[in-house]
Parts: sequence; structure tokens; C-alpha cells
Amino acid sequence: MEIKSTSSNKSPENVGDTERWGSLITGGALVLTGLSQRSLRGALMAIAGGTLAYHGAAGQKSLADTVTEAAGLDKPIRVEKTVTIQNKSPEELYTFWHDFGNLPTFMKHLKSVTVISETRSHWIANAPLGASVEWDAEIITDRPNQLITWASVEGADVSNSGFVRFQSAPPGRGTEVKVVMEYSPPGGGLTAAIAKVFGENPEQQIGEDLRRFKMLMEAGEFATIEGQSSGRRS
Amino acid sequence: MRAVCWQGTNKVEVETVPDPKIINPRDAIVKITSTAICGSDLHLYNGLNPTMQKGDIIGHEFMGEVVELGRKVTNVKIGDRVVVPFTIACGSCFFCNRQLTSQCDNSNPSPWGVEQLMGYSPSGLFGYSHLTGGYAGGQAEYARVPFADVGLFKIPDGLTDEQVIFLTDIFPTGYMAAENCNIQPGDTVAIWGCGPVGQFAIRSALMLGAERVIAIDRVPERLQMAKLSGAEVLNYEEIEVGDALKEMTGGRGPDAVMDAVGMEAHGMGLEGFYDKAMQAVKLETDRPNVLRQAIVACRKGGTVSVPGVYTGLVDKIPMGAFMNKGLTMKTGQTNVHKYLPKLLDRIQNGDIDPSFVITHTMPLEQAPHGYEIFKHKKDSCIKIVLKPGLLDSPLTTLEPFPTSL
Repeated sequence: MEIKSTSSNKSPENVGDTERWGSLITGGALVLTGLSQRSLRGALMAIAGGTLAYHGAAGQKSLADTVTEAAGLDKPIRVEKTVTIQNKSPEELYTFWHDFGNLPTFMKHLKSVTVISETRSHWIANAPLGASVEWDAEIITDRPNQLITWASVEGADVSNSGFVRFQSAPPGRGTEVKVVMEYSPPGGGLTAAIAKVFGENPEQQIGEDLRRFKMLMEAGEFATIEGQSSGRRS
Repeated sequence: MRAVCWQGTNKVEVETVPDPKIINPRDAIVKITSTAICGSDLHLYNGLNPTMQKGDIIGHEFMGEVVELGRKVTNVKIGDRVVVPFTIACGSCFFCNRQLTSQCDNSNPSPWGVEQLMGYSPSGLFGYSHLTGGYAGGQAEYARVPFADVGLFKIPDGLTDEQVIFLTDIFPTGYMAAENCNIQPGDTVAIWGCGPVGQFAIRSALMLGAERVIAIDRVPERLQMAKLSGAEVLNYEEIEVGDALKEMTGGRGPDAVMDAVGMEAHGMGLEGFYDKAMQAVKLETDRPNVLRQAIVACRKGGTVSVPGVYTGLVDKIPMGAFMNKGLTMKTGQTNVHKYLPKLLDRIQNGDIDPSFVITHTMPLEQAPHGYEIFKHKKDSCIKIVLKPGLLDSPLTTLEPFPTSL
């Protein structure tokens, strides 16, 4: 098993970035803004303590990668979203989330998540016209009631990595749930592939998914007007 | 069923639409017995809300009988007679826990748009545009009520629809606006706007211990009703309001001022022209004449309460006066769920009979006529109650309100 990083993390400033990423992932007060564009996957690996094979030195770039990068087609799409959920502990929220089969309940674009082993799962997302995109994901770090980090493995239709963090807010203020996800380019086809899954605005989609998680946990259902009456003349 | 649908600026129609159905486990369906037209519905009627869609069922002041329940609603029964707060609240988020139900985190299904405008989304509202969730409203024969386990309030026997229907909005709205005035013994409260919310604000301010209420409007029957409610009145077309308030309060100014008018204030002279022009070219979405006047008229260290509805941007707010006089402003859509039980007690105790504000009762089918006379304040119209149960019978009007002061 090998998880491949697309980033180049060997320069001194990127090492600094990895530390800052570490602080964000493990609960520091930092927000995403200002962090370098190409280090999430590497940072996730570093936090995991290097237990997984990690490639990604600049010297390993292929010509195609270099061209893609020069043309700006490799800009990863990165999204950070946080919600605070009232009256639920980090334990309850972590437990629900960690049962990955629950995720399609509130993640609109997901068709299914199948757990293959303790660390690996298979993900299928809906795309238009009945098509779908698939990938296997590997848990990189799993800290009960606090943190799950993951990355897709080679062969993913859309290479992605991310983390979800559960952290108690001050007493009586609920639990903060932060999700950071990054879609890394396998090549120039990225934009189209992402658009298939998340539509025009991945930040809005993921934000809405997280809000649906909050609705489900707090209100027990999703507020909706789909299916209500109107005098619309079609 | 029959329902009042918004079909464009100055155009509402009563149409046959599909009956509502249970969508979520916490939903209920209410068969509506009474439903009112609110002053804030006129903002929609006047086309000032760009997120209205043709065919939207409007109306947010309604009550009736429970006819269907989702499987998670166990605290009310089929057949219960209920009133429905116009603000939709989940009952379990941070804001609902603090009784700020008009700020519920979970009841707006499409908060993305309003977040761009306001940073965070307030609660969903019935029949009040897609900015606040696009929920079908209650000027209809039936309505779907989401989160019905917290959004239905059972009415005890012995009270008429007319006595309790305004618990859905304008009575709590006037009451919260008066509470927001931070009334202390001896205080004078000046209230701009003697529409239905203003009328309830006058009575609520007096209930909360205000020494005097001074009410400001220009429509004779509204001023007359304010007078009967216990206010002193000023007609802003006849008198310079700022000077009058100063004289009437011993040169100190009112302790609290209230804008019960909102974004469609009728300005006077050059200022009114300026705001209409700015609104027409969309450099300003709301016309804040009253808010400006109220801020300047308020005594130093006083309170500005704003129940009047604003949705967007306003221009030329006298921030210097606000800051240098050390004023406090309190506002918000009404946390109806918080106030409803105690105001129901007030009605049962006989402290107030909210039906005083009704000038017209008519069949649902006559809603377009109702909007027209309400908008133009024709026929001494102050408040209209629509009855889905009434067949399209001739217009019934209560005895005309005296118009002389």
C-alpha cells in the first residue's frame, strides 16, 4: 500500500508550513488562510509519524506534471469549513462520523461508503447522468473522539485528502467540527472531475454537507422545502 | 386547496395548488381557520424583496386545527386548536437554547444567499421569500408546519380566533419591541408608526410600566386607535416631530424611541425624495427616514428599538448622533416562541384583547382586494383577517373606525 503525495515538502519554508499545518490539524487556533498551497497531504503524513510511504520530492516530477503545474492546472482545490454543534459531545459526533456508512446520509453527493478494513474504505460519489466517481481512502491518523485524517490511494478518480477534527468549545458552547479537504490534481482533467462531483462551487457544497451534519445532530432532520406546495406555473 | 400566491409586484392571486403534505418526521399539517395580512407582507407585495418567486404562497400569521402529524410530533394531537409562530425554530440549537428562536441555526434550508448578505442566516420564516427559506406561507386553507413539536401552541377553550391569532407575530413583535426599550419607571417612549405592530407596541409599553407613550403617524384612524390605546399622538404632516417631542418631554427628549415603520417609510420633502431616488436606482434598498429621525430625537443615553423590517442597505444614518449621545439599539425579528406563552396568559387574564386592531374580516378569496385596501389604507383599513372557511360572501366590515381625533 502506498499513498502518494503530490507536494514538494523538502524546502525549509515548507517544513515550517508543515509545522503550522500540524498545529491546525491537532487543534491549534490557526485557520487555513495563509498556509502554503501544496502541503496538506504531506502534513497529514508527517502527523502520522511517517508510517506510510511518502513520495513527493521535486525531483520526482514527470514532465507532464511540470507542464500541468506551469499551466496552473494543478492548483489543488482546498476547502475549510467549521460548524459548532450544540448539546453533542466530541465522542458522540466522532462516533457517528467514524461509521463511514453514515456519511451519505448528510453528504449529498455521496452514493456510498463501504468499509473494507480497519483503515481502508471505498467511496462512490454521484456524478451527472447516472455516472459516478470512485476511490479508495486510507485512514492516516485516527485519534478517538478527536481526529480522523485520510487520503485517497493511487488509482483514485479524484485524488483527495483531508481531516475532520472534533473539539470541545467552552462549557455549554457545544463541539466544534472542522473539516479541511483538498483535491489534488492527477493531471489536467481535475477541474472537470471535481465539477462532476461538487458542481460549480465545492466550498458551498462541502459547507452545506457540514451544515446538514449539524442539522441532523441538533434537529434530528434536514430542514427542507422540497416537495412543498406552490402556485408555480411550469 | 386554495392559497394566496405572489405573482409579481402588486399582484397576488388566490389559486388552486396541491395540498401540503408531511415531508419530515417533525412536520404537522394545520387546517387554517384564520390568517392575517401583515404590514411586512406589503414589502413583498410592493416588490422590494428580490428573492420572491412567482407562485410562492405567502402569509405568516395563521392558526387553525391540527389535521396531520409527522411521527416525531407527540406533544400535540389531531384536532388540537393551535397558533403558529411566524419564525420557524428547531428548538435545540445554540440560539433556540437561549430563546433567540428568530435566530435558529437549523430552520433555513438555503442559508447560503443570506449569509453573503448578513454574514449568518437568521431563522426560516413562513411565506417570506427565499432569503428566509422559501417556506410556503399560511394565507391558504392548509399549511405545513416544520418542527411542529416546538412550533405549535395549543389554545385553551373559550378564546376566539380573533383574540389569539396575533400571538403568531404582531403582538409578540410589539411586546418585544417595547421590552427592547428598556423601560424604567417614569419613562417616555416615542413610537413612529401606528400600524398594527405600533398599536401593540403602545399597549405593551404601557403594560411594561412606561409613564407616557407618544405615537407618531399621519393616518387619522391610526392615530385615533393609538389614542384609544393610551398614547398621546403626533401627526407628522402637521407638526415638526423632533421639536414637538423635545417640548413634550421638558426639553430632555424621549427615554426610548421606536421605529415601527421600517424600510418603506414615507419621507417628507427633499429627504424623502432622496431616499426614493436612491431606492429606485438600487443604491439603497431600504428607506430609513424614521430611523434617522428617531436617533436624533432620542434623549442622551437612551434606547432605540427597531421592530420595523429592514432587509438590505440604508444610507446616511446619523452615526455621529448615535455615538456621541451614547445610544443603545435593539432590534431583530421576534423571538415569538419566547413570548407567546406569557402573552397568552395576558390575554386569558383580560389584560389585553388583541382583537381591537381588526378593522376587516373577509374570505380568503378576497385577499387581492385586502392587499389593495391595506396598502393604500383605504376604507380605514388597519388590520385584515382572512377566513378560508368563509365562502366568497360579500365583504364584511366591522363598524367603521371613528376618524376624527
